[in-house]
Amino acid sequence: MSVKLLLDKANIEGIRYYDAWRKNGGYAAVEKALKMTPEAIVDEVKKSGLRGRGGAGFPTGLKWSFIAKPEGVPRHLVCNADESEPGTFKDRYLMEFLPHLLIEGLIISSFALGSNVTYIYIRGEYAWIPDILEQAIAEAKAAGWLGRNILGTGFDCEIYVQRGAGAYICGEETALIESLEGKRGNPRIKPPFPAIKGVWDRPTVVNNVETLTAVVPIINMGGEEYAKIGVGKSTGTKLISACGNINKPGVYEIDMTISVEEFIYSDEYCGGIANGKRLKACIPGGSSVPILPANLLLKTAKGETRMMNYESLSDGGFATGSMLGSGGFIVFDEDQCVVRHTLTLARFYRHESCGQCSPCREGTGWMEKILKNIEFGKGKLSDIDLLWDIQRRIEGNTICPLGDAAAWPVAAAIRHFRDEFEWHVLNPQESQVRNYGLAHYADERNVVA
Amino acid sequence: MTFSPDKLNKVQEIIARYPEERQKSALLPVLHLAQEEFGGWLSVEAMDYVASLLQLEPIEVYEVATFYSMYNLKPVGKYVFEVCQTGPCMLRGSDDIIAYIQQKLGINVGETTPDGLFTLKVVECLGACGYAPMMQLGKFYREHLTKEKIDAIIEECIQNAAINN
Ligand SMILES: Cc1cc2nc3c(=O)[nH]c(=O)nc-3n(C[C@H](O)[C@H](O)[C@H](O)COP(=O)(O)O)c2cc1C
Ligand code: SF4
Ligand code: FES
Repeated sequence: MSVKLLLDKANIEGIRYYDAWRKNGGYAAVEKALKMTPEAIVDEVKKSGLRGRGGAGFPTGLKWSFIAKPEGVPRHLVCNADESEPGTFKDRYLMEFLPHLLIEGLIISSFALGSNVTYIYIRGEYAWIPDILEQAIAEAKAAGWLGRNILGTGFDCEIYVQRGAGAYICGEETALIESLEGKRGNPRIKPPFPAIKGVWDRPTVVNNVETLTAVVPIINMGGEEYAKIGVGKSTGTKLISACGNINKPGVYEIDMTISVEEFIYSDEYCGGIANGKRLKACIPGGSSVPILPANLLLKTAKGETRMMNYESLSDGGFATGSMLGSGGFIVFDEDQCVVRHTLTLARFYRHESCGQCSPCREGTGWMEKILKNIEFGKGKLSDIDLLWDIQRRIEGNTICPLGDAAAWPVAAAIRHFRDEFEWHVLNPQESQVRNYGLAHYADERNVVA
Repeated sequence: MTFSPDKLNKVQEIIARYPEERQKSALLPVLHLAQEEFGGWLSVEAMDYVASLLQLEPIEVYEVATFYSMYNLKPVGKYVFEVCQTGPCMLRGSDDIIAYIQQKLGINVGETTPDGLFTLKVVECLGACGYAPMMQLGKFYREHLTKEKIDAIIEECIQNAAINN
């Protein structure tokens, strides 16, 4: 039985609008939270074990407790709705279909952090979603949940939606802050951290959309109850956006106790590999995390069943594991080309590099160029080592983690699929007309099929 | 080159969202308004106008307009097909869709049809990977693209253009 804390109401008619939302228990969490102290809310979030759903998995309660409170300086909460990591489309689902869930989460979190003006920074391409959010904000305001002196508590809160304009890097929190200030999205050098000096040099907390919606069930059920769902440090539920060659791409809410195998093959989730094909590989947490071949995806190197949670997906480190990341789950069937996919990612990171650091700016360009040569039958065997060398020199040598995010997918593709790269180099003609196929990556299921 | 009174009100409303003296924060939203109002792209004149509205140096506007991929710095067709080409869409056949549109419209990526109706662009992941292949057309997404759907979309655009002329 699966637990649903975020998407439980998703199928109710008219749930996007205030009346249906309120009738189905909406705004009870706000009512409850505004009777608590801000410190008590932060405590509940700490107890819940909630970890940031934007990709890094940092404990949310702890992050909130870092916000500086200098006398007379306003503080801000900023909701990160930039969602641009390839494979990730869960925040869009929340905002499009359950806008009031996010607004509730924002009111409670703003109260806990002392933010009287809160911004939702949404990627510009989601051009129709600000209308949905602004309508929900207007409805909430008309009903007295936003504005001045909310519920007579003396707490004032406004929420504004700010559109980006096409830049993956603006999902990085300091680039997002620069962009919100009307500048290019160049990440800042940390420290100072946003919790001390964020937007307009004011203390700022940036949180992902899904993180902020999770605050609603945490307040409703209490942090301790929330922490009982899931396993270990993977508490609560996680949204997974599943795509690639599966029968049922879409957004799923899981409690983090199910196996990767169940997630891919059960009808409740991905419904198996599309067109009766076999599983080749998967990038389980958004384009930045390492790709895994089927055998290492379904079982860890120790032979244990791989589970859909933070700890299990990273079991084995980068040598044999990956990461839960943003929950963007990209599945490859037996006919897909790992070299070509890696090339699209290298191109993506080259395109999205802000250009401040030479290892990232130059390195992403070189990687794309070399991968292009290999993919189009003009590569040399030494190019594979060269690629490895370049990615190694980017990682850890840049201002922001985009450099790492660009390096890791290339490293993992070479680590696990080196023979596929070599096959491209050694068979320049054949590789133009057919793909390498499954080779030896088959899991047991594949052998039977 | 000026905004309508409606748009000018909108600009004031946007500026009011930020602390005093921080109207620079309105730059991205106001550039979006300018692009909508002035034919789908940002000329130097349009950018200078935005600079004057927000009391910024023109260079502050240029450096932002050139950073973000949604701002068009050259004229574009009436309908811009922005097809996603990143990995997850590639796994679901975006390469074939791009090739088909090129053939059907007789233009390459980055070009506009001679009648000024269509521009074809390729873009990176738009957050619709589960509904691939896909493209942005104006404000909305067109998802689960097939050749038949592309035919229908092109037809729809031609019809709309005829009505609006
Ligand atoms: C290149 C890059 C892109 C990112 N994009 C996003 C994004 O689109 N959405 C998001 O929530 N976090 C993104 N992050 C993570 C944010 O920097 C930040 O950690 C996150 O918003 C914190 O929220 P959380 O603790 O609630 O996860 C990105 C980070 C990097 C380095
Ligand atoms: S790592 Fe890349 S994206 Fe990040 S600051 Fe440096 S150049 Fe910019
Ligand atoms: S890869 Fe095309 S929408 Fe994400």
